[in-house]
Amino acid sequence: MCEGQFFDEMWAGDDHARNPYAAFHDWITEEDPARLRAKQREAEEVFRLTGITFNVYGRKEAEERLIPFDIVPRIISGREWQKLSRGIEQRVIAINAFLHDIYHRQEILKAGRVPREMISGNEAFLPQMMGVTPPGGVYTHIVGIDLVRTSENEFFVLEDNARTPSGVSYMLENRETMLRMFPELFAKEKVRNVSNYPLRLQKSLAECAPSGTSGDPTVALLTPGIYNSAYFEHSFLANNMGVELVEGHDLRVVDGRLCMRTTRGYKAIDVLYRRVDDEFLDPLNFRPDSTLGVPGIFDVYRSGGVTLANAPGTGIADDKAIYSYMPDIVEFYTGEKAILQNVPTFRCSDPTSLQYVLDNLEELVVKEVHGSGGYGMLVGPASSKKEIAEFRKKLKARPANYIAQPTLALSTVPIFTKQGLAPRHVDLRPFVLMSPEGIRITPGGLTRVAMKKGSLVVNSSQGGGTKDTWVLDD
Amino acid sequence: MLGKTANGLYWMFRYLERAENNARLIETGQRIALTRSGAPTDEWTPVMQTTGTDLSFAEKYEAVTKESAIDWMLRDPDNPSSVRSAIEAARQNARMVRTALTAEVWGAMNGCYIDVKEALKRRVNERDLPGVLGLIRQRTALVRGATHGTMLRNDAYDFARIGTFLERADNTARILDTKYYVLLPTSAPVGSQLDNIQWETILRSVSGAAGFRTAYGQRVTPTGIVHFLILDKRMPRSLNFCCSKIRDNLGYLSSAYDHRPYVQTMADDLCRRFMSHDVEAIFDYGLHEYIQDVVAALHDLGQQIEKDYRFFS
Repeated sequence: MCEGQFFDEMWAGDDHARNPYAAFHDWITEEDPARLRAKQREAEEVFRLTGITFNVYGRKEAEERLIPFDIVPRIISGREWQKLSRGIEQRVIAINAFLHDIYHRQEILKAGRVPREMISGNEAFLPQMMGVTPPGGVYTHIVGIDLVRTSENEFFVLEDNARTPSGVSYMLENRETMLRMFPELFAKEKVRNVSNYPLRLQKSLAECAPSGTSGDPTVALLTPGIYNSAYFEHSFLANNMGVELVEGHDLRVVDGRLCMRTTRGYKAIDVLYRRVDDEFLDPLNFRPDSTLGVPGIFDVYRSGGVTLANAPGTGIADDKAIYSYMPDIVEFYTGEKAILQNVPTFRCSDPTSLQYVLDNLEELVVKEVHGSGGYGMLVGPASSKKEIAEFRKKLKARPANYIAQPTLALSTVPIFTKQGLAPRHVDLRPFVLMSPEGIRITPGGLTRVAMKKGSLVVNSSQGGGTKDTWVLDD
Repeated sequence: MLGKTANGLYWMFRYLERAENNARLIETGQRIALTRSGAPTDEWTPVMQTTGTDLSFAEKYEAVTKESAIDWMLRDPDNPSSVRSAIEAARQNARMVRTALTAEVWGAMNGCYIDVKEALKRRVNERDLPGVLGLIRQRTALVRGATHGTMLRNDAYDFARIGTFLERADNTARILDTKYYVLLPTSAPVGSQLDNIQWETILRSVSGAAGFRTAYGQRVTPTGIVHFLILDKRMPRSLNFCCSKIRDNLGYLSSAYDHRPYVQTMADDLCRRFMSHDVEAIFDYGLHEYIQDVVAALHDLGQQIEKDYRFFS
């Protein structure tokens, strides 16, 4: 594929920048590349010292790696953002309504808009949640919507993250780093603020406290522990929200309440922002071998004694098989057409679709229905004949485990390389907070960038990097 | 504060203190070996005895050499008290309690870990040893400085301080215990001066040589050293100083929590020892026995803190 095929967010033509990048373009062309290189190194040093690292699964436990950071910001105009946020808000409302419906009356199944077997046979469906209404009716307190752009006016939702979306600490640290490296840029441009995210998160979570809560709700963040790949983010958020960072063994159910062991005895928790997956949450109700959770926490939850964010069972809404029904889901619950487009998706469980996918593997992206992090996926155009042949076997063996999508022409944004600016593919994950008081979308998000030339895979576990994301106040 | 966080802070600072103490012991051992005349003797076994790792060293190595002993104390992963192991453990605890640390303390701790790890990647040869030991002391001092300068004086600070002083008291007690025989009145004519090498080893191990001279003059006697390291409250590494700091910090916790746990009584008892005893009484009781009592009391105190402040359950 040649570079000209892709929409570049900075370059409009030969030598001039698109409008949102105009001021930045003027600035960077005046800058001495040697100074920028020094700044790039300085930025990496800041990340290393701050310990903004992630652990790579399957490697030595203690290994911590840095995610590459690129100093060229990804810039979105205020007008573009307005449209995006309307679409995001609509989608999050629909997801939440869908979850309430699926775990109560299941109207959408009765109406035949989503096939019953998509739910009943789905591992992400949590039967224990049937008839349970979370405090304030909120299922998805924190959502990350992965977006890609293919042209001036086309954005697609690549996937929804309604379980425990991660990456927000990078959004915040990337901004801090840019403010520190290039204060003069922020003096020139009106970039909307993202740094109040932790406070908004704290507020949003507190608004979701159980109805019987008296006084200021006690919020805590549950982490699987220091070996978890996102531990840095967990401690970062707890620290910036001013709440306790707890592990399963700090918690216990006492007199029907969820409590944490403090130096002064057990203290009740009203809202638990848990970064532990559903199945590990409660060994009495889910996986009995889990040591990460708290025995009996789900019973407290069901009786309305604690808020869990996000609610258990939200995985049914961001499942890759359900994804293909999202346009219907949005329409069913909001009565409007979806503002954000879905990527056309082939469900390999369907024999006709499977045949088409098998015939066109070298053109398609195939993903595991329950996979994440870029593991276990095939990017047809970027794969060798041998890789495709091997994947074909896996696909035939368990077709229902896969979906396929056309390879999207992801937009590019330049990164700063030794040879100067060079285009690389990007995606965008904005973060959305939901409480009974409303929906808050942080103007910005996490831009992930494939650091390798031509690569379409932006996942950090596959060598992707990040950029600061600017939404302009225009 | 979570019990786990109190535990993490306490151990972070214990390990940090341990790393620094071990660096100082290596420095002393190295210096004595370089400056002593006459037949070479084994300087290193007592040093390893002080850190309580001489037996596990013997399991790994057949003979004590300068190189193997230094490597063992500095960077051996099999030695949980080696400088590298201690810095790693301090940083691991710091990661666990990061929400209770200021950004400066965390940054200093992480920087200490990164730089010391790099410096200890390979065996350190004699030529580079002073520089590496200097780096360790400097980086641990930065963490302590950031702690003093930026942490709130609340329960987090108290647990950090209690960990520091328990470890330091334990270290001083062990140094005294390893060398107690040279301090006994029977080992030299009463009133005579100590062998230069011996007193230098002891005082350098606690960075106290110059301090001793300032406070006691040029004449180094066993009574002087024992007074200096056990009873003297001016000396920041003496048992009396460390224990009274522990008692103070426990006291701050008691008043902040409006609850006086049993460990406070234990700390009071421990401190009373140093007020009511003079050097003669210590020698009468038996120096070795006295130090053993203090080591045991410190150990019990540590266990009681874990219980009273719910570190684990």
